[in-house]
Amino acid sequence: MQLDAKQFKRDRAAALENKPLRRNLERAMTTIRGRRNERFSQFVDGEALQWIGHAIKRNALANLPDLLEQLEEQLTSRGIQVHWAETTGDANRIVKDIAKRRGVGLVIKGKSMVSEEMELNDYLAGHGIEALEADLGEFIVQLAGEPPSHLVAPAVHLSRQEIAVLFHDELGEEYTEDIQAMTALARRVLREKFQQAGMGVTGVNFAVAETGTIALVENEGNGRMCTTVPPVHVALMGIEKVIPRLDEMSPLIRSLTASATGQPISTYFNWLSSPRRPGEKDGPEEVHLVILDNGRSSIYADEELRETLDCIRCGACLNICPVYSRIGGHAYSTVYMGPIGKILTPQLAGLEKGGHLAGASTLCGACYEVCPVKIPIPDLLLRLRREGVQPTPAGIATLKGAGAKASLGEAMVWKGWRVVHNRPALYKLMTRLLGFAGRTLPKRMGPLREWSATRDLPKAANRSLHHLLRDRSNAWEAGKIRSDSE
Amino acid sequence: MHPPVKREYPSKPEAVYFYGTCLVDTFFPQSGLAAVELIEREGVRVIFPQGQTCCGQPPFNSGYHREARAVAREQLALFPADLPVVVPSGSCGAMLRVHYPGLFAGEPEAGAAEALASRVFEWSDFMVQVLRVKLADKGPPLKVAYHPSCHMLREMKVRDAPQSLLAQLERVEVLPLANQEECCGFGGAFSVKMGDVSRAMVADKCRAVRQSGAELLLSMDAGCLINIGGALDRLERDSGGSADAGKESGPSWMPLPLFIQQRVTGGVQPAGGTASLGAQPGGGHAA
Ligand code: SF4
Repeated sequence: MQLDAKQFKRDRAAALENKPLRRNLERAMTTIRGRRNERFSQFVDGEALQWIGHAIKRNALANLPDLLEQLEEQLTSRGIQVHWAETTGDANRIVKDIAKRRGVGLVIKGKSMVSEEMELNDYLAGHGIEALEADLGEFIVQLAGEPPSHLVAPAVHLSRQEIAVLFHDELGEEYTEDIQAMTALARRVLREKFQQAGMGVTGVNFAVAETGTIALVENEGNGRMCTTVPPVHVALMGIEKVIPRLDEMSPLIRSLTASATGQPISTYFNWLSSPRRPGEKDGPEEVHLVILDNGRSSIYADEELRETLDCIRCGACLNICPVYSRIGGHAYSTVYMGPIGKILTPQLAGLEKGGHLAGASTLCGACYEVCPVKIPIPDLLLRLRREGVQPTPAGIATLKGAGAKASLGEAMVWKGWRVVHNRPALYKLMTRLLGFAGRTLPKRMGPLREWSATRDLPKAANRSLHHLLRDRSNAWEAGKIRSDSE
Repeated sequence: MHPPVKREYPSKPEAVYFYGTCLVDTFFPQSGLAAVELIEREGVRVIFPQGQTCCGQPPFNSGYHREARAVAREQLALFPADLPVVVPSGSCGAMLRVHYPGLFAGEPEAGAAEALASRVFEWSDFMVQVLRVKLADKGPPLKVAYHPSCHMLREMKVRDAPQSLLAQLERVEVLPLANQEECCGFGGAFSVKMGDVSRAMVADKCRAVRQSGAELLLSMDAGCLINIGGALDRLERDSGGSADAGKESGPSWMPLPLFIQQRVTGGVQPAGGTASLGAQPGGGHAA
């Protein structure tokens, strides 16, 4: 995945032209938005639930260092081994070392965006370890040789027919478009692998500091299998996943499933608090938690940008996003796509590489409206845009590539804009000139071409509002202000 | 960020400031004038500071806060008396009300920005909540659709006011749009910087408008109207338009204040001495 503005332009253009993709996305996004909205409308006060989620995550983040320590203590005391990884390289090595020590040749995986961030599957393959995705959507994209295109629904860009062809070609089974039959087929393949796998790897939705509980939300049971069948379970999480108390999980889970799929609760909800204890019949012999930083602590250092870390990866902002829902997840060339990706990626990858993503938004605010933890995504996009061209002077040295998007041409445009708009007389003159020129603007010139490919250019009026109101309001204004200061 | 607090509205003032916005000033002055006259009709005097230019949103949204602040500073000084500032746009209104305090945080003008923010009202909201206008419809039966702008909905938090003005017009039927609250794809610089995505968005919006059965599309935001209207007009021309005898013409479009004025005054109203606009394709353009 090549992360830069040019690649993004090419990929989104291709996505916009890709009719089957557009159709799949439109159908899926419409359905899932509807489910989310219906569920929220059934809550006594859905928005209040969002603000509760916000408060919980804000508080958790405010106490992050302490909570992480408490979590480690609690987990360790129950026999879960905690590993700290500063980089994805560190995290990959930790997982590989555990696998090597246990002689693991096959790893079975539940859904984990952190593992995507690590590119764990490729890394393990390089060390002779096979990693198989067990989440149905992930299983499908793995077969297709693609990264997930959505946080919650990794194969949402594919139609049922496309998946049927894929199953037929890759698994060598008889062609069927029947969903039940396809699911059964995937299950058969995976069940066998579960028996053989020496290690299960999963993500983490929440980690509770007070009790040392790892919570895993899923719908297919594969997460439960990954955490119970293989002799070793390795859970992966970013540093931001920890929350203080167990009772805070309840509103968060409600909000998460309602936002992600419209479900009142997920089919499976796993709480993990130790490896198999003496006398217990099942469960893994070893449980590990890998806690990944990978740039998060520099995001954390900035109080405003820190809100990025509140995300619970529900995907609601993707589903509602007018950009994501038209170009899909792959066009971004990022691990995290859609609105959350547009604020997270530029911070993780630096503004040189990812800064253009902050511009890929109309600032419509639909994401902020649905976000279950009320991350002010538009405000953060604005902040990143500013840091790209006019970086905060000193103190905030944590944002990589600040100032990298500054271009002389654009800076000149806005300097010129300022000159005109700071001088009402000049501004009025320009408006007048535009009124004369309005009908003859060169449609094929630079940015105007982007506009006028499918849209007529607006025509400036002959007389501006300033002109229409000039007599009475001037006199009135003067009179009013005089009478005020008397 | 905190949960929004429900806004309290003042009682009817003696006078208000009117902040026309650069887009209305340049492209829809007749609608700006209509908005002013509809306020005056309620016995409230309107002050239009001639020093106003632009709220600063274009550079602000592009990251150029220094330039935005320099111009915003001049705008801040335009409203010395403690009177409401009425803005015929959700987007520019939100710039003044929602973003000025942040833009001036830590600056000498911080207090002034906060004070101004608390006095800013979007026009339709002001008409409904403060002036409590009663509209008598004098126009012929008409089917319209309304496009709520994103900043109006989600930053100014004005959802119902424009619709409730329209609901007062007896012979106007307001038809729903598919995905009504989805962005039209304007987004200022976005419309040219991400022109491809922007065009895909406005194409969908046009489809929704055309499928709604509305003869006229209304909105409070000039940016959205330029975008959707420009695309509707192009579609209309490309498909032969009303020149084609067998075909019905597609929907036209207009800023909401101008429409309301036309309805309550009994049709097309010559205003301010210039030719005014009819409800025909591209009717939003001042002639
Ligand atoms: S930013 Fe909010 S809406 Fe988007 S995935 Fe994260 S929690 Fe969900």
